[in-house]
Amino acid sequence: MKQLLTALLCLFVLSVGTLSAQEIRLIKTEELQNRIANGGDTLYIVNFWATWCQPCVEELPLFDRSALPINKYPYKILLVSLDFKNQLDKRLVPFIQKKHIREEVILMDESNPNKWVNLIDSSWSGAIPATKFYQGQKSIFHEGELSSLLMNKYIKEISK
Amino acid sequence: MIFVFGMSISYSQVAIGEKAPDFKLKNVDGKMVSLSDYKNEKGVILIFNCNHCPYAKLYEQRIIELHRHYKHQKFPVISINPNDSAVYQEDGFSFMVAKDYEFPYLLDNVGVYKKYGATKTPHVYLLKNEGNHFKVAYIGAIDDNPQNPNEVKEKYLEMAIASLKNKQKPDPSVTKAIGCSIKPFR
Repeated sequence: MKQLLTALLCLFVLSVGTLSAQEIRLIKTEELQNRIANGGDTLYIVNFWATWCQPCVEELPLFDRSALPINKYPYKILLVSLDFKNQLDKRLVPFIQKKHIREEVILMDESNPNKWVNLIDSSWSGAIPATKFYQGQKSIFHEGELSSLLMNKYIKEISK
Repeated sequence: MIFVFGMSISYSQVAIGEKAPDFKLKNVDGKMVSLSDYKNEKGVILIFNCNHCPYAKLYEQRIIELHRHYKHQKFPVISINPNDSAVYQEDGFSFMVAKDYEFPYLLDNVGVYKKYGATKTPHVYLLKNEGNHFKVAYIGAIDDNPQNPNEVKEKYLEMAIASLKNKQKPDPSVTKAIGCSIKPFR
């Protein structure tokens, strides 16, 4: 009886665990930038991606805390999705669940790329994937795919 | 005599005012198409594009309409696909043929996209005929709303064409657009 109850309890906890998977917030560029600006000494790794962008999906494993080197600054990974708002529930959410993505995913809620691409970085052509590293007053922008070697290089550079 | 060898591995986007690189690429009907074939036009709307990218799909109808409207004003569309279908099957030649566009849809397996510094699809260049060559007059987005064609407020590309017709420089001459990174032939 005790074993049955324990098993049921475990099952319950497990199911609650998967139900409380992250809720995806919509964000505007200004809000994103304010959040980063108010982040203290946090080292932000902000990746711009989408479920429909294969190179983006392939490099997602790089953007997990387990893949990052030890650093004096606390990390925060933000996976900013450019998926379409009307596909949030039927496409983005299932994707995140299936891939067990535990880092924070937020959805860019902007209609005019010409307005916000330049706000993120003026050198950005608008192609994804793209990643920007922020720490204090410093930032490093990278357009295109990353590798674990490059990630480490940028992290080291920004942490000097 | 001093010989200087330089090999640049990174390429930057061709600048506004610069000469537009010529090309000779295969069209979906098997024939070769060059920019110089268009010497009797006032300009060309050159679009690096593909089949699979959601942004290409969002703009597909708008591009078809741009060609229908502007070919009569001597600004036809030319579309170039720089993607290797080994990566995206949907970008393969037979799929390009199946699109049956009224404008040329060329396969770039020789790196023309590099000469233009195109980084994504779609990547739009408005070229102006200067007589013996074309020059780049506008680069960037077609309009300010990829997701909702009905909510477009600024038609950047059309504004640029109107400027050229008025013998003025497009302003803005460069805008930003989202697209899928190019997966080129190697």
